[in-house]
Amino acid sequence: MANVPSAAAKYEAVIGLEVHVQIKTRSKMFTRVGAGYGHEPNTLTDPVILALPGTLPVMNKAALDAVIKAGLMLGCEIAPLCKWDRKNYFYPDSPKNYQISQYDQPICLGGEVEIELPGPARNLMGEHKRIPLTRIHLEEDVGKLNHFAADSLIDFNRAGTPLMEIVSEPAMHTAEEAFAYLTSLRATMIYGGISDCDMEKGQLRCDANISIRPVGETKLGTKVELKNLNSISFVRDGIAHEIRRQAAVLESGGVIVQETRDYDGQTGASQSLRSKEMAHDYRYFPDPDLMPVKVDEAWQARLKAECPELPFDKQRRFLEVYKVPYTISSVLVWDAALSDFFEETARLSAKPQAAGNWIVNDLLRELGNARIPVAGSRVRPAHIAELIRLIDSGELLANAAKEVFVEMFATGVMPGSIAEAKGLKAVAGDLDELEKWCREAIAANPRSLADFKAGKDSAINGFKGAVMKAAKGKASPKLVDETLRRVLANL
Amino acid sequence: MNTELFFKPATELADLLGAGKLSAVELTKAVVNRTKAVEARVKAFNSFDEADALVQAAASDARRAAGQARGPLDGIPIGFKDVISVAGQPLTASSRMLANFVSPYDATVTRKLKDAGAISWGRLNLDEFAMGSSTENSAFQVTCNPWDLTRVPGGSSGGSAAALAAGEAIATLGSDTGGSIRQPAALCGVVGLKPTYGLVSRYGLIAFASSLDQIGPFARTVDDAALLLEAIAGHDPLDSTSVNQPVPRYREEMKRIRAEKRRFRLGIPREYFGEGLDPEVGAAVEKAIDFYRSQDCEIKEVSLPHTQYGVGVYYIIATAECSSNLARYDGIRYGHRSKEARDVVDLYFKSRAEGFGPEVKRRIILGTYVLSSGYYDAFYLRAQKVRTLIRQDFLTAYRDVDAILTPTSPTPAFRAGDKSDPLAMYLCDVYTIGVNLAGLPGISVPCGFSAGGLPIGLQLIGQPFKEAELLAIAGLYESGHDWQRMHPKL
Repeated sequence: MANVPSAAAKYEAVIGLEVHVQIKTRSKMFTRVGAGYGHEPNTLTDPVILALPGTLPVMNKAALDAVIKAGLMLGCEIAPLCKWDRKNYFYPDSPKNYQISQYDQPICLGGEVEIELPGPARNLMGEHKRIPLTRIHLEEDVGKLNHFAADSLIDFNRAGTPLMEIVSEPAMHTAEEAFAYLTSLRATMIYGGISDCDMEKGQLRCDANISIRPVGETKLGTKVELKNLNSISFVRDGIAHEIRRQAAVLESGGVIVQETRDYDGQTGASQSLRSKEMAHDYRYFPDPDLMPVKVDEAWQARLKAECPELPFDKQRRFLEVYKVPYTISSVLVWDAALSDFFEETARLSAKPQAAGNWIVNDLLRELGNARIPVAGSRVRPAHIAELIRLIDSGELLANAAKEVFVEMFATGVMPGSIAEAKGLKAVAGDLDELEKWCREAIAANPRSLADFKAGKDSAINGFKGAVMKAAKGKASPKLVDETLRRVLANL
Repeated sequence: MNTELFFKPATELADLLGAGKLSAVELTKAVVNRTKAVEARVKAFNSFDEADALVQAAASDARRAAGQARGPLDGIPIGFKDVISVAGQPLTASSRMLANFVSPYDATVTRKLKDAGAISWGRLNLDEFAMGSSTENSAFQVTCNPWDLTRVPGGSSGGSAAALAAGEAIATLGSDTGGSIRQPAALCGVVGLKPTYGLVSRYGLIAFASSLDQIGPFARTVDDAALLLEAIAGHDPLDSTSVNQPVPRYREEMKRIRAEKRRFRLGIPREYFGEGLDPEVGAAVEKAIDFYRSQDCEIKEVSLPHTQYGVGVYYIIATAECSSNLARYDGIRYGHRSKEARDVVDLYFKSRAEGFGPEVKRRIILGTYVLSSGYYDAFYLRAQKVRTLIRQDFLTAYRDVDAILTPTSPTPAFRAGDKSDPLAMYLCDVYTIGVNLAGLPGISVPCGFSAGGLPIGLQLIGQPFKEAELLAIAGLYESGHDWQRMHPKL
């Protein structure tokens, strides 16, 4: 039977993502009370947050700086003039029953997020794409509702926290692309010090708009909004599920209803939340309590100077400058502190590939076991640089070096001192003793000697084990081989 | 005749306090006793706290005794319109929605007056949520005009105007969105000043229309108004719409300008003297114009051609803004919460239906409509554009004149219940409304009485942030007349 093409293969998915990023500022977006997470309910409030009669909003400059910086990092055009609008709707988590946001004159326009798709194998870099953005704007977050059997409680701690809304063009076509987009965006925001992007704490939230159309069709299909995607994995899974669901609907002759659906990551199923046929009328109008914002060249320049190198740019530079392979650079670049650690180590050791290997394999392992970030590591670039030098000079052999590393991480003592103290240094300099062990090994094994003299080169391996044992692993196999051959030649 | 203490201007009382001839406690007791004597008839106060006022007074005397008097307002009892927040006191907006609400924080103007040592005295009645021109829209009581208790004091700051006129306070604060200080000032025969938009902080003022609201003083004299303005004006980091400019010393500036004996140029807008103007009001204002002529001022006719659109534009912009500003009153966090509700949507419906009066509901619905999808461009956006034209009318006129002179109100005080048609009520503001739309300063000073003994007010409209000049021009009129010395018999 010929392969029936799957329903999903007949259709192309069109995906747009709306990501809300909570900006990490000390105080809230429109008032000075502190922002934060995990506090006693309703303690991060003041008259403005609670929308008491007579209160007024005042902009948080640090939040503006953060969104401009984010926009610059993502290649957006920073609007020379932007303004605030009231989005009017009633809901218990919104104290004023309007949200201060930006409607038609947002602070950032355009921009793009560079993504990397999985490659054909783990050690091979996948395709890079640039997903265009529509806009980025600033708004204030709402409180949190907690529902119980008989009633609901509201915690206003989150209300008023500065929120950046990043809207992508409907330019992604697979759940994988969406996953890559979020990974990249999240890392960029963390890199820029803009947000910690902890999805469990609601610092990064994602809604997806998904439609499908027959392959080759240019008109967009009816879109469905998917909400409650609580992790980057759920975003991917939810989107994949929705694409399959829509394909199945169309295949069975149905039509897609424009609606909002709630995705359950545990069950992998979604259900309709509300119909979006009647779009809510938010009665947007410019907020008369706030002034428009003019961002001039000087302001932009000041923030541009604070923008860090982006992860993918760093990945390209590491490849070009340090020649580290993808398997190494792809791990390093997603942690700015780790990347800096690497570069310093590369500089000190002049051996970037070796530095990369030690960091990605051994350092990360130890950091993971100890559950600390690289900033907390006792091992500093100088340690690894010295370790590399010791190995290169032959003073330290591979096995011993691994042991030294673990000790180094635990104590912070330099590798040379550890090797001395533990007697792990290779006897590279003590050739007499090595020769003595070689002679002893040869004398103890006349059979292998006879084979070797008869021309069987591999017979030399018969001696090596004994020599290595005598050397207690402090002689490199290469040195042992050299020494044996010299001794044998002189017999 | 020795004026009773409670009818003396604040500046005169400040001299007496400063000279040790009067104590704050004595003064406050005089005001409190006067209030108790007449309040049953005037009904200006939603509430007052006698004990608290006397504690404040005692503190003022203690400061003075320790040589730490804070200035001319130290020890002066000032009444607050019940939309200006005073920590620990009710903040009701004369609405059932906030009947049980006690504010936990001070408005900026409250803090400034406290810092000046003034005594906050009572919560004054108003049209509910500042929406109205007669104080009849108050959910609690209708305030009576002290000059004729069957008539309204004007609105929305009717309580503030009436209390001052009746001697129940030495000065009061009100708020003005479309005329709500100036019109009641005219109807009650006192001075009422609306500052330039942005001069006085709105932080702590229950918002009605954010782009129009301003807090301002009611006072016995122009000098008192200047004194109060000096105390409350100034940039506030808590109000993004307050301007960042140094505050002039208004009393000093005013005197300096008067001393220059400048030949003020006053504009008389032809559009303000047509149909609808009560002949007695017109006559009183004409006499005022003659007075200015006699003082060597130049009188010029000017035209403000977009005047006729003022009321329409106002009722689009103000209602749109208030529909959003009043959304917070939902019974969730504070204020009236219906006991009948089945779920949250029902809670919103019932709390707001029960909490708001008919005029408030009318304006919220109108405002919601003009902002609704498909109508924003036709109504709100267009109204804002016409508003710019209205402002430009004034600024064009100011090329040739220093201030504009008009009647404050088309009629003297009317009888309670007379204006049952909301539209008829809206037209009370026809001379004051353009001033708010243009963001200009305006002052009403008493300029006579009708044959029936009802006060008539003269409005002067000034250039942006030129209150000193405006006060000087108003002071010139006042110095040639005695209206401020007349008081209602209660």
